[in-house]
Amino acid sequence: MSLDEATIRRIATLARIEVPQAELEATAAKLSGILNWIEQLNEVNTDNVAPMSGGTVSGGTDLTLPWRTDVVTDGDQQEMVLANAPEAHAGFFAVPKVVE
Amino acid sequence: MSYVIKGDTADWEVVIGLEVHAQVIAKAKLFSGASADFGAGPNTQVSFIDAGMPGMLPVINGYCVEQAVRTGLGLKAKINQRSVFARKNYFYADMPQGYQISQCDMPIVGEGTVYLDMPDGMTRAIGIERLHLEQDAGKSIHDMHVTKSMIDLNRSGVALMEIVSKPDLRSPEEAGLYLKKLRSILRYLRTCDGNMEEGSMRCDANVSVRPVGSNELRTRCEIKNLNSVRFVAQAIEHEAKRHVDVYESGGKIEQETRLYDANKGETRPMRSKEFAHDYRYFPDPDLLPLEFDDAFVAKIKATLPELPDDKKARFIANYGLSAYDAGVLVADQDSAVYFEAVAKGRDAKVANNWVSSNVFAVLNARNVPITECPVSAQHLGRLLDLISDNTLSTRMAKDVFELMIETGKDPGSIVEERGLKQITDTGAIEAAVDAIIAQNADKVAQYRAGKVQIMGWFVGQVMKATQGNASPALCSDLLTKKLAP
Amino acid sequence: MTDLTSFTIAAARDRLAKNEFTALELTDAHLKAMEKAKGLNAFITTTAEVARTRAKASDARLQTGTAGALEGIPIGIKDLFCTEGVQTTAGSHILEGFKPPYESTVSQKLRDAGAVMLGKLNMDEFAMGSSNGTSYFGPVKNPWKARSRPPDSEAGDLVPGGSSGGSAAAVAAHLVLGATGTDTGGSIRQPASFCGIVGVKPTYGRCSRWGIVAFASSLDQAGPMTRTVRDAAIMLKAMCGHDPKDSTSAPLAVPDFEAALGKGVKGLRIGIPKEYRPDGLNADVALLWDAGVQWLKDAGATPVEISLPHTKSALPTYYIVAPAEASSNLARYDGLRFGQRDRTMGNSLDEMYAKTRAAGFGAEVKRRILIGTYVLSAGYYDAYYVKAQKVRALIAKDFTDAFSKVDAILTPTAPTAAFGLHGKQDDPIAMYLNDVFTVPASLAGIPGASVPAGLNNDGLPLGLQVLTKRWDEETMFRVCQVLEDAARFPTLKVAP
Ligand SMILES: [Mg+2]
Ligand SMILES: [Zn+2]
Repeated sequence: MSLDEATIRRIATLARIEVPQAELEATAAKLSGILNWIEQLNEVNTDNVAPMSGGTVSGGTDLTLPWRTDVVTDGDQQEMVLANAPEAHAGFFAVPKVVE
Repeated sequence: MSYVIKGDTADWEVVIGLEVHAQVIAKAKLFSGASADFGAGPNTQVSFIDAGMPGMLPVINGYCVEQAVRTGLGLKAKINQRSVFARKNYFYADMPQGYQISQCDMPIVGEGTVYLDMPDGMTRAIGIERLHLEQDAGKSIHDMHVTKSMIDLNRSGVALMEIVSKPDLRSPEEAGLYLKKLRSILRYLRTCDGNMEEGSMRCDANVSVRPVGSNELRTRCEIKNLNSVRFVAQAIEHEAKRHVDVYESGGKIEQETRLYDANKGETRPMRSKEFAHDYRYFPDPDLLPLEFDDAFVAKIKATLPELPDDKKARFIANYGLSAYDAGVLVADQDSAVYFEAVAKGRDAKVANNWVSSNVFAVLNARNVPITECPVSAQHLGRLLDLISDNTLSTRMAKDVFELMIETGKDPGSIVEERGLKQITDTGAIEAAVDAIIAQNADKVAQYRAGKVQIMGWFVGQVMKATQGNASPALCSDLLTKKLAP
Repeated sequence: MTDLTSFTIAAARDRLAKNEFTALELTDAHLKAMEKAKGLNAFITTTAEVARTRAKASDARLQTGTAGALEGIPIGIKDLFCTEGVQTTAGSHILEGFKPPYESTVSQKLRDAGAVMLGKLNMDEFAMGSSNGTSYFGPVKNPWKARSRPPDSEAGDLVPGGSSGGSAAAVAAHLVLGATGTDTGGSIRQPASFCGIVGVKPTYGRCSRWGIVAFASSLDQAGPMTRTVRDAAIMLKAMCGHDPKDSTSAPLAVPDFEAALGKGVKGLRIGIPKEYRPDGLNADVALLWDAGVQWLKDAGATPVEISLPHTKSALPTYYIVAPAEASSNLARYDGLRFGQRDRTMGNSLDEMYAKTRAAGFGAEVKRRILIGTYVLSAGYYDAYYVKAQKVRALIAKDFTDAFSKVDAILTPTAPTAAFGLHGKQDDPIAMYLNDVFTVPASLAGIPGASVPAGLNNDGLPLGLQVLTKRWDEETMFRVCQVLEDAARFPTLKVAP
């Protein structure tokens, strides 16, 4: 699959990564190269194969999802939550204004 | 009652599906141990998980799973013993991870049904498409600062159930009834408090229109974040009219997300959703599939309360109430409990009359739930007893009820204190009757001559003589006997 | 007096117990070595103050008989592990200055065992790379030198491998006794091979991922990097174990890996996968592999030729799964709550996101985020992501089938020895091929280790990889120990 510049622009928007106009072509070429290489997977017959998801599932999982009890054990740490914020104000994270 | 929008070219019907986000009643969040309470100081109920800090991982709150299953059972829905959490990827200021953990292909609850109680006493079945568990986002505050939005992550990660109806609703009114019924069920189950003002229940409405008689599904628009039953109905009405206007003028409806402006009474496109979304759902690799067995479901099933539909049927069968009256009583579980406490061992229809008219009037006037009614069910029951044992006339009972509202006192003590007792002592009434007969020979003669209508006048005189405390029944009994020729 | 940087973990542990030197002396010796070896650029952040404080506390515990399993042992922590109050960057500009208010489970366990952290180790940005060349903080140099290259010139600089390149270099250069690494597609094993040390990627689920900056959640796994197999066993035992904070952490008891070491391989069947010997396999690598087979045979094991038919598909599968997960995992680096933010005035939130992320991420990270976004996007999800998850299931099944016939699998760790640091590295696919032998085990979630087994004809280390079935690290360590004993690998001589 060869990616065109419009596609790069679309996925860059979805990923919120600015790709300067001047880099679109080179980016498209590089990503197309990788995708073409990836497409060798099409040769693998995967009929009737259930997709594996997660790292613990291997034709049937040997682990089960653990459940937590409904107890408040966390929070009450506003200072630490905001400690690394590029901008905070009156206990809030501050960000460029969102227009709704 | 079909809802039709008359147009120049056609009569149009509206097709509505609702997506309700119901906050799960739980102490902690869906994937972290921070408190899910409402109203705390900004960012004080935030774990590092809720803030999307690097390396943080979700662990599911088992009680929220239980609550979702409980709700599914209450909606008579299919419970999926294996479901999968997926990430819904998009950027938003109050969504710290850059994705929402939700469920996509495999929700915890599948198809179910909600029965609407229509005003004519009939019911109408509305299909439930699915219910899935997901995390809430934080809150953005846009009016605190000129150039900045402020982000509070207290809600971030709170457990929500997204309950999606089928597009079975056909009028704004039905949409309102559906929401009220759903809220009633959730409250019975104690899985969501249904408080729309605080945002613990929010509604998105999918609206489209089509010519009456057609089966097509035209382009729908989604109106987001409707926070009252009234706004849901209003927004649908406006949106449906907008669609009709567009079609009638030869235009095209674009599929889009809109907001309802209650002040202007119109919907408008949502700016933040302007460019098409592509959520790139995929199974969350931080979580394994959510699985449980029959026994888990059975255990929850065993704890289900009697739900509104069953309760309504029982009220009709056991108490002889009309479908409408029963529907009104069971809509709120506490009202139903109150009614049953009053009706127990008493005349159910009388009990219903008192609860549905007198008690509900008080609640409406004071805007309090029935659990805070100044007249307890026990006291109201005793009041009814005082009527049936002739201590009080119905008219007197209404006065006593007013005093009960004011004082919160037992009707017995009010009767005692104020000497309001209905006179049932035959001797005392007989004396008054004899005196009236002796003083009004002319009237007695008229009566005996056949003018029986003046019996009412005699009763009134006796009541007057006894300051209104005589039992009206006893009065007329005695008068009838003594006036007999 | 013996150079204090010459000890293994096991030896230092025993000598500390006997009071032959103090933890503080041991730490100071290593801090000094770090100072001298600054040119390797193995550390992003050094934490001398923290180290000396902790070493003194270790000495106190050693005196009172309350010492932990790694009491007073100087180690390095890959900069992917969040460390409380200490800058954690994941090798990225976007996290520069980030000081987590929490400690990752693995580094906490090491702290609890008494290990002394000397600093945060350099790495490929967000663990994406096989040469350490993608680090925002500059490349790491491999302490080994090739015979054919002039040692004191740019041409003599070799890569340490990646992404745990700082960890591998620091351990090889005796700057620390051991280091943590993480392995998503080979990021512990490949640099271990390049730097002539032992690297262990345990079973997925053995070590908690809590507090480790996520790259690809279904593949990421922490593990030890040490100079000996025994040290790796000691260190892994301290690092792993069930963590209720990680839903994918296994609720299993931690075996005594060290106790398994002496058991030998007599009677074990060792699988030799034919697909790992493609045409044109580097001759030195092939020779060493043959030698490894012979060593195990000499020790009483039986080599069995096996087939892992989907091996060839592992790399392209990995380069769908890992970028897909990464594109989502890295969405949180948005300049809102931590890390760097583009502060151009008047920008909308979306512009701020796009500029912050464009400036904060390096080229390879951006490339993988874009690929990952693409393969998950509407219309492509089934063709790429679901397809890859199906092939992944087949790869996992290959191993399940193989382990019904054999107890362990022996392969080369990497297709080559370390390559030049200043050479051309801008062909992503050529770089991805470094992980061709390590990625299959990552996809299957099985444990794998690299043991330094010999030098190539240019004097550079080569590793052999040992794979076993899930949760069977004990057999893996037994095989590694036999290989280590037989190989007599010439540990890097470091001038004191
Ligand atoms: Mg929705
Ligand atoms: Zn939702």
